[in-house]
Amino acid sequence: MKSPGKGWRVLLRRPASPGDWLFQGAALLAGLSLVGVLAAMAASLLETARPALTAFGLGFLFSSVWDPVREVFGALPAIYGTLLTSAIAIAVAVPVSLGVAIFLAELAPRWLRTPVSFLVEMLAAIPSVVLGLWGIFVMAPAIYPAEQWLERVLGWIPLFRGPIFGGFGFLTGGLILAIMALPIITAIARDAILTVPPAQKEAMLALGATRWEAISRAILPYARSGVIAAGILGLGRALGETMAVTMVIGNGYLLTGRLFAPGNTMASKIATQFNEASGLEVNALVELALVLLAVALIVNVAGRLLVRRAVGRVPWGGR
Amino acid sequence: MNPVSLLRGKRPGIALALVGLVAILLALSATACGRPSAAPTTTPTPAATVRLNGAGATFPYPLYSRWFDEYAKVSGTLVNYQSIGSGGGINQITAGTVDFGASDGVMTAAQQTAAEQSHGPVLHVPMTMGAVAVVYNLAGISAGQLKLTPDVLADIYLKKITKWNDARIVQLNAGLNLPNQDIAVVHRSDGSGTTFIFTNYLSKISQEWSQKVGNATAVNWPGDIGGQGNEGVAGQVRQIPGAIGYVELAYAKQNSIAWAALRNASGAFVEPSLQATSAAAQGVSLPDDMKLVVTSSANPATYPIAGFSWLLVYQRQTDYTKGKALVDMMWWAIHDGQQYSTALDYAPLPQDAVTKAEAQIRSITYQGQALLQQ
Repeated sequence: MKSPGKGWRVLLRRPASPGDWLFQGAALLAGLSLVGVLAAMAASLLETARPALTAFGLGFLFSSVWDPVREVFGALPAIYGTLLTSAIAIAVAVPVSLGVAIFLAELAPRWLRTPVSFLVEMLAAIPSVVLGLWGIFVMAPAIYPAEQWLERVLGWIPLFRGPIFGGFGFLTGGLILAIMALPIITAIARDAILTVPPAQKEAMLALGATRWEAISRAILPYARSGVIAAGILGLGRALGETMAVTMVIGNGYLLTGRLFAPGNTMASKIATQFNEASGLEVNALVELALVLLAVALIVNVAGRLLVRRAVGRVPWGGR
Repeated sequence: MNPVSLLRGKRPGIALALVGLVAILLALSATACGRPSAAPTTTPTPAATVRLNGAGATFPYPLYSRWFDEYAKVSGTLVNYQSIGSGGGINQITAGTVDFGASDGVMTAAQQTAAEQSHGPVLHVPMTMGAVAVVYNLAGISAGQLKLTPDVLADIYLKKITKWNDARIVQLNAGLNLPNQDIAVVHRSDGSGTTFIFTNYLSKISQEWSQKVGNATAVNWPGDIGGQGNEGVAGQVRQIPGAIGYVELAYAKQNSIAWAALRNASGAFVEPSLQATSAAAQGVSLPDDMKLVVTSSANPATYPIAGFSWLLVYQRQTDYTKGKALVDMMWWAIHDGQQYSTALDYAPLPQDAVTKAEAQIRSITYQGQALLQQ
């Protein structure tokens, strides 16, 4: 028989004193209530979404019309927008974060490491709404000339075709998400790089490798799964982000490959429509929320499993 | 560490802090609770302060804020208003959680049925008027210089006219230098009463708009880009060359954005202004229930995209004190309250509308008896 200390049987272990009973009970209650909240949330969302689920079925995920007047709703452009902006965010954030992580772990002088780490983590502390306002008033006008240049030079590629709307669109949404994903990817990638045994790097250097060769051939391959996990967790952050994206993405509802076109993500569609929605639209928005919840949960769980395998633990709880 | 040992002085500081915190919280909750809003069904003592709760549209919030401030000084009735949006106002009055709702749009048939089934007939009593200005960003063309007709405006928003130098726009604006530029159409991304009035107008003057898109607080726009709130639309119009959008008149006035002169139903090109807005409800036939959106009004001096903002109240009140306070407040609002409108950029109700509103307020009853005693 297994000793009472292993697995769930630890709950059956007789506590030493009344204080321990209380503590054990309270801790158990707290843990279960957390699970309970998640289950209750999913259940109530399902209940509210049911009219829309029966009205549209699976077609909800593949239809492109969002018409509150005729009460016909389809989520495809919103799902596409979420995936596109997240893809742009990861494509931009991962190389930059990797660079910052390598810099912090390997290249920076000791006195510079703490301030730069601190600043990167402060990026995560900026409220989403503040970043969104900055996006409207600073980033979008700044990106506008760059978009115009890209359209002039590369406009023959469908990706960069006009018209351009003052810097509001998928591209700006993706870039804002990149800024929000950057801190979390940097933190985890840096931890992953720090777990590489120094012997690996030292061996490469002893064999005459340059610094870059040592990093790219000894450290990065070793830390690869950690970096991938960091990317996935950053993706999870980008998927759920609402306010900042809502303010710069331009609220269009067309399925288009053009980066400069206005679009919507699932989160921004819910945020803009929910306040004044009535009737079936409320149910449709809640169904959209369910889809978003499912996608975000899957991505986050996958990321955490990978991180644990790569780094041995989940750093600072993440977001 | 158990509670007894705390008090015995092992960690006195923590015990005192906890006791103090609990005491403060109890005191705060006791004062914040105030008197429960029980419903005395007999004539109350004159000295009691009546509190009314309302919720709804954000558009009239600055005006209502001022009104309820002034009204408290005049009458002693305290009115609390939450600007949660027209949709929220309709939901709350239907649920009966507020004494009055406020909306910039007329309740749909479904919403009216729901409210009637819960608490009886709902009255739409007009309080003030607002207009929607069509704003644009064209180099060298200032406010009022651009002239648009209803069909041209509708076709721009339907994406059938796509360039500023389209023949139909040039024909209306002979003296202007209109560029060969794409029209970037800006709409509201969030649901709002402004959109309701704007799409109401477009539905009236364009058959195609009425069939394809319709009239609601949020619609399936043919294009292009959406901004959050009046500020979002104004910001995007300002930042995108060749953009056209729609914002509340008050907002356009306060931020000096270039607006277009629209041709009204009588053929005159009118710029948005408070007088032209009030004119929409003057000299035209108004229904007794005032559930009319006065866009494209027949008055020759009117600006065509104008509408009421209503208070939603039940005709049969169930609480004498609150019902009396409510009718007195509304009576004050449509008479004395109107003096505060123009300073805050709201269009005051014209006499015709006031007459109709008076009749509506007189029809509010408590146990079969009219509540208003004036």
